[in-house]
Amino acid sequence: MLGKLNRDAIPFDQPIPFAASLVVLAVLVGVALYTLWKGWWPYLWREWITSVDHKRLGIMYAVLALVMLVRGFIDALMMRSQQAIAAGSNPGYLPPEHYDQIFSAHGTIMIFFVAMPFVIGLMNFVVPLQLGVRDVAFPVLNSVSFWLTCSGALLVNISLFVGEFAKTGWLAYPPLSEITFSPGVGVDYYLWALQISGAGTLMTGINFTTTILKLRAPGMGYGRMPMFCWTALASNLLIIAAFPILTATLAMLLLDRYLGFHFFTTDGGGSAMMYINLIWAWGHPEVYILVLPAFGIYSEVTATFSGKPLFGYRSMAAATLAICILSMMVWLHHFFTMGAGADVNAFFGIMSIVIAVPTGVKVFNWLFTMYGGRVRFTAPLLWVLGFICTFVIGGMTGVLLAIPPADFVLHNSLFLVAHFHNVIIGGVLFGAFAGYMYWFPKAFGFTLHEGLGKAAFWCWLVGFYLAFMPLYVLGLMGATRRMQHYAEHEWQPLMWVAMAGAFVVLLGIVMIALQLVVSIRNRHTLRDRTGDPWNGRTLEWSIPSPPPPWNFAVLPQVRGVDAYWGMKQAGRRSAREPDYEPFHLPHNSAVGVSIAFFSSFGGFALVWHIWWLAIIGFVGVVVSSLVHGWLVDRDMHVTADEIAAYERARPEGSAS
Amino acid sequence: MSVADPFTAPGEHAHAAAIPYSERGPAPVESVAAFGFWLFLLSDVVMFSGLFAAYAVLADNTAGGPDGAKLFDRGYVLLETACLLFSSFTCGLMALAIERRSALPTYLWAIVTFLLGAAFLGLEVREFTRMVAEGAAPSRSAFLSAFFTLVGTHGLHVTLGLAWMVAMMAQVATLGFLPIVVRRLLCFVLFWHALDIVWIGVFTIVYLGAH
Amino acid sequence: MADSPRTHHAAQGQPPGIERSQRGSVLSYLTGLAFAIVLTLASFWAADTHLVWQPAVPVLLAALAIGQMGVHVVFFFHISTGPGDANNFLALAFGIFVVGLVIFGSMLIMSNLDANMPAMPMDQLMKMQR
Repeated sequence: MLGKLNRDAIPFDQPIPFAASLVVLAVLVGVALYTLWKGWWPYLWREWITSVDHKRLGIMYAVLALVMLVRGFIDALMMRSQQAIAAGSNPGYLPPEHYDQIFSAHGTIMIFFVAMPFVIGLMNFVVPLQLGVRDVAFPVLNSVSFWLTCSGALLVNISLFVGEFAKTGWLAYPPLSEITFSPGVGVDYYLWALQISGAGTLMTGINFTTTILKLRAPGMGYGRMPMFCWTALASNLLIIAAFPILTATLAMLLLDRYLGFHFFTTDGGGSAMMYINLIWAWGHPEVYILVLPAFGIYSEVTATFSGKPLFGYRSMAAATLAICILSMMVWLHHFFTMGAGADVNAFFGIMSIVIAVPTGVKVFNWLFTMYGGRVRFTAPLLWVLGFICTFVIGGMTGVLLAIPPADFVLHNSLFLVAHFHNVIIGGVLFGAFAGYMYWFPKAFGFTLHEGLGKAAFWCWLVGFYLAFMPLYVLGLMGATRRMQHYAEHEWQPLMWVAMAGAFVVLLGIVMIALQLVVSIRNRHTLRDRTGDPWNGRTLEWSIPSPPPPWNFAVLPQVRGVDAYWGMKQAGRRSAREPDYEPFHLPHNSAVGVSIAFFSSFGGFALVWHIWWLAIIGFVGVVVSSLVHGWLVDRDMHVTADEIAAYERARPEGSAS
Repeated sequence: MSVADPFTAPGEHAHAAAIPYSERGPAPVESVAAFGFWLFLLSDVVMFSGLFAAYAVLADNTAGGPDGAKLFDRGYVLLETACLLFSSFTCGLMALAIERRSALPTYLWAIVTFLLGAAFLGLEVREFTRMVAEGAAPSRSAFLSAFFTLVGTHGLHVTLGLAWMVAMMAQVATLGFLPIVVRRLLCFVLFWHALDIVWIGVFTIVYLGAH
Repeated sequence: MADSPRTHHAAQGQPPGIERSQRGSVLSYLTGLAFAIVLTLASFWAADTHLVWQPAVPVLLAALAIGQMGVHVVFFFHISTGPGDANNFLALAFGIFVVGLVIFGSMLIMSNLDANMPAMPMDQLMKMQR
């Protein structure tokens, strides 16, 4: 009746997961009851859960990312503390079967449910505003994407208290991930969570590529798009190119596990190496999907706070497209040691080094943007400066690793771990924080507390270096990754330093949370009524904060790059009120949350082999889609009078 | 035609003919919907390429079991190909009827397309059952796993297409040729043609490639 | 939401799959069908015939397949290289690029691995680590 599910699935005998599950359940139930008691559920349903507004979805993505950052970071603290004590004869406090789940969950959560949602959330909020349009190409699809991502995150988190998670690392290599060697449900949780959220991400890729290529304000040719939109375009093209490979590869592993196929098994002619080849053909573009929008954020923040246009717009755009194409041609560098010949290894090594060239072009362009400008050292800009130092170091270690003989020594060592955290934290996460602090006032109408933002930055910067520089040294000393325990006592002092760094980063996270709480409490003092607190250059700063649902009362006529800056310089303001034309806005839709609801049940059911529930889940998804298909009267009409009334009600001195 | 927006100086006009496509403002919704669906089709083709790659790599890993030369019947495959190709053609005729907003020809060509597609599926299911009955099940070897997955995924897409077509005919019957219904129908037509393109790859690489 | 007042002319290009004029469209589909039939029959013939130098057969099959895919793209999808179609064509080119990388890249890599890492008993495999 309940497939493989029984009472043994709940970790009564494992104190740490059990306690963690109780805490999580308490928090969830507490939040649910509190919001219910306050009467917020109708508001939340109407304004957020069924919203198809890209701004609302962007905010929800960011909330998901920040919540999951805490979850993933707790995993990090556990790993650091375990490695700090488990030297020599000390077994530490985490048994290997548990430790393996922790590092697998840490990687899976950080990549798929922190970095991706954060970056996608920022693109969601900002891209239509920068393009001067009212929404993305497919708003309802956008909602489906978000809720499917939540469904995946939910499944991963359920594995904490019902069953177990994968013990295979975040990429679940076979043969370990095959049913013979991982007979439990952990790998199945991993696979279904990623298939569900991966579908959502692919929809995002299609949505944003279409939006950027087909929906821009009049006059905004490709050469006049903000740089963030260029990088968003490249990132979304990569999503379309890469995520289907992930879908196919994970599907093949699912077929092996569920139906006894032999794609990657050790018998029947399977080839585990083929999995590694395919998964990295997705995996390498994935990291560029993450970092390209971060590069775009750096371009925006640097230009704004230097008071100068971005240096080298065309070379930036060309470099972005070059990185986009090249990122699809380097994936073998993740498995130099798998045994390819010197010629093949050399080709991919050279391509991996070559991809550093357009990246270097970008770094120099940012530096030249700041040079000669009147630089304002605000919190967002600090993240940029931190990024430039940190990412360049990480990039250089990447170029080192791109040399096959060097990689033969360093593959899967702590040096590698330090390298990818260097570029992901220094590149992606710092960019996400910069974007968060930069665009927060646009989303909510008040700025974040500047002092706490700077404190958060310094904690993250110092914490990062303390936590990861020792790992470079340890890697060179021979330490492997994913160690629950090690014999060499000489390594332990560096492990302690790394753990200290993790605690400084924890302080950084606390600062971010504190900044948010304090800013909300002081929102009236921090209020921004102009819509343009930073003296920005791009179109999102030309509308009120927070923007009305329709973004622009009248679509702007764009005449050049940095469209809003040009408008401010020309001082173009009409004395009379413009003739507003009515337009349509899409209605809210419950299809996104409905599909995700049934997908969650379906995914859970498939994990536990509860076939009747899986069928219900599938049918639910189909029925939701069909119901949505027949709800064709889906637009709200906004009349010219309503727009005029809104515009008149805006305070004097606000941007028009 | 010019909207008096506050950022256009009075008397300033857009010269329609001279404006490049990229500067003409947001595209009409038909263009947006079709392009988005075109991107989806390309993503689906990339997914198939992952399965093709797996097939190409694993095709010789027969684990002592039967190989393609032994299992495949080319005449049978030619029949399947004919069904799918003609269904693509009749789907095109259906598209023309849709553009003319003529309901009866639309239903007619839809039924023919459906029957041809269903025939293709029927033939394929027969082939699969025969192979499994002979002991050539997907769990027998990596080659067979790759074959059943690649060809089976294509067949699954055809099945989904047929279901979608039924839903679309129901929409035409109940809602008529609303703009949104027409957009969805044209997306379906693109989907159906794309399935035939993938099938070209399948019969060339899998069936004709087996020797 | 696409309500720019300037949508009288085709803003941002032609959608794929939509033929510009109805007249001649049936002809387009018939032509495509005819080409496709010829190419399909040619493929099936090429696979079995002994009139072609055998090592060239895979190349011939590939050419026929690509040709037929092109026929579909041109006559059924109506993708062209005109100015309004640039996005559609570029997207197609990008898709072909990715497909080529995935399939041929994987085939090259896996055959290179097979050549350098032949099947060997476990004790011999273990000797490879140092």
